[in-house]
Amino acid sequence: MQDKNNLEEQLNQETAEEKQVVLETAPAEGAAEAAADKFDDTPLDKNVKLMSPMRMVVRRFFRSKLSIAGIIMLVILFVFSWFGPVVYRAWGETETDYSGKLEYSSYVDEADEDGEYGGSVMLIVTERSINSLAAPSGKHLLGSDERGMDVFTRLMYGGRLSLLVSFIAVILTTVLGVVLGGVAGYYGGWVDNVIMRICDILMCLPTLPLMLILGTVLDSNNVPGQYYIYLLMVLLSVFSWPGMARLVRGQILFLREQEYMVAAEAMGYSPARRIFKHLIPNVLPQIIVSTTMSLGSMILYESTLSYLNLGVKDPYASWGTMVSIISSRPDILQGNVWVWIPAGLCIILAVLAFNFIGDGLRDALDPKQRR
Amino acid sequence: MAKYILKRVLFMLLILLGVSLVLYALVRCMPADFVDQKIIALSQTTDQVTDEMIHNMKAAYGLDSNIITGYFNWLGNFFKLDFGDSFISQTPVAKEIFRPDRIGTSFFVAFIATVFEFMIAIPLGITAATHQYSVRDYVVTVLVLIGISLPSFFFAQILKDIFANKLHWFAVSGMPKDSSESYLKYMFLPILTVVILSIGGRMRLTRTNMLEVLNADYIRTARAKGLKEHKVIYKHAFRNTLIPIVTGLAGLIPSLFSGAMITEQVFDLTGIGNYALKAMMQGDIPVIMTYNMFLAFLSVLGVLLSDLMYGLVDPRVKLTA
Repeated sequence: MQDKNNLEEQLNQETAEEKQVVLETAPAEGAAEAAADKFDDTPLDKNVKLMSPMRMVVRRFFRSKLSIAGIIMLVILFVFSWFGPVVYRAWGETETDYSGKLEYSSYVDEADEDGEYGGSVMLIVTERSINSLAAPSGKHLLGSDERGMDVFTRLMYGGRLSLLVSFIAVILTTVLGVVLGGVAGYYGGWVDNVIMRICDILMCLPTLPLMLILGTVLDSNNVPGQYYIYLLMVLLSVFSWPGMARLVRGQILFLREQEYMVAAEAMGYSPARRIFKHLIPNVLPQIIVSTTMSLGSMILYESTLSYLNLGVKDPYASWGTMVSIISSRPDILQGNVWVWIPAGLCIILAVLAFNFIGDGLRDALDPKQRR
Repeated sequence: MAKYILKRVLFMLLILLGVSLVLYALVRCMPADFVDQKIIALSQTTDQVTDEMIHNMKAAYGLDSNIITGYFNWLGNFFKLDFGDSFISQTPVAKEIFRPDRIGTSFFVAFIATVFEFMIAIPLGITAATHQYSVRDYVVTVLVLIGISLPSFFFAQILKDIFANKLHWFAVSGMPKDSSESYLKYMFLPILTVVILSIGGRMRLTRTNMLEVLNADYIRTARAKGLKEHKVIYKHAFRNTLIPIVTGLAGLIPSLFSGAMITEQVFDLTGIGNYALKAMMQGDIPVIMTYNMFLAFLSVLGVLLSDLMYGLVDPRVKLTA
């Protein structure tokens, strides 16, 4: 029994990323001597600070200014999308502003060939009851779009949808990829073969064309507008897990041969415990980085689909649909920039934030870095 | 070597077979009457579509029988290189897709864009790596990450608005009408869009590889024996980062021929991407199947060629069957 405990303890130590010893280095060159003196006086363990791997990762992550910028951008976008509509309630997501004004236009009717109606004056009164394409003002912070809906409000609701949909798709893809990749890597043999061949096949299907086909299929089966984009993203994750699965499998194939896994097997642990307690935590860094990066690309895919009118259906808002108006209305593209520029900037900000964070995480989680 | 290639080619065929199964199953998820409607709505060239014509068009894709016999029917036609007629134009799909102004335009844009991508991204990657954590590294990284994060439709529209609509430097959209007009005037903005969107990935890859090599022992040795920094970087380090760059060349094959869908759509080019985009959104089944099989073929070919290149370039890699 005693032996088993000892072994287990050793195992836990090895499973956790090697604890690293960080020497408190003196900030300036000149202070090096002073530090050396200090070493002489005090016992060594007082000068050496033990840091857990987690703390080191956090420290490395926040050292990069880009990661901090990414986090700030993301927090702002989330607060804006989720708490914005709660605070700013002047307009609803699909509420049309019916406070348009009357428009007069008059023209003198030219005499026709017979001269019968010559000289009569016509007055045309058009009631533009919908306050469309209004410039930004106190009433509409970012103006209104071509249907008289408030751009600022739609930006917030669109953000909710774009972020939510990407998270759903990425979480599903990750779960599928980790489970299938883990199983393939751990068991090997024919299981591995089957899963990897499916990966090979799915990887040959390019993402955007695949989404277009899926969109057409959903369209042809009359899927209701409000579920459409969610269903599409779920279907997309069914097709896009191979990247994650390959990553996890490759890593597990490498880890499986490590001594601590042999020890775990010798201890008679169940496969589930070996996979989820000892293997997955060691693959976690790669999974996190790849997940963060794919969040950005999912937002891009969602907005591209919405731009092609295959994503979010009218009248619901998403950042992509808000930009899509410029493909059919050149006048809005040139004259009413407040309708589409903010949504486009939001997409860029969100994707950039995820890329910054992913980049920072990759550097922070890289075990080769010793700082 | 020959045995290895033969094995890989057979394997490629199996993958393509799998891809065709998935694609066919997806297409068959569209209800039959929907397909009928599409054929009627899409047939522009003929005024009247008879029941017989619909039947013929569906028969070519096995859409009139159950999914299993339909699949083998389609597969049989596919091996005879009969890809069916487009629902829209009623002309053979192969002729439509491989028309020189389609695939030619796409290839032109992609090829020039790729050349510029390499010429810009690789030097950027090297400077970022040699000046790691410096201001230069940060600036380059931020700029290319912004490039990756741009939604293509948004960025292309802005470029079009500024440089074509407002400044009139380039043509707004479409293709040159006759040979008197400069080809470049129409192609510059699409190429610029593709280059800016793709620099990021290549630059990050170069930077990572370069950093890995710069940390190697033989670089330290080179410096220790007093070589000039210039020589260390370009003769010793850069040559070794060339390995992933060269093998990556074969992986470019799909992107060279598949066309940039959104960019071509925004600038209204006649490229294969724009054509396929329209076909896919309208449900033109023969075009959907052929285009995607073509892409799948290109991507398996790219993987095979890059593995072979790897064996050629890197003497440590031995290809064995």
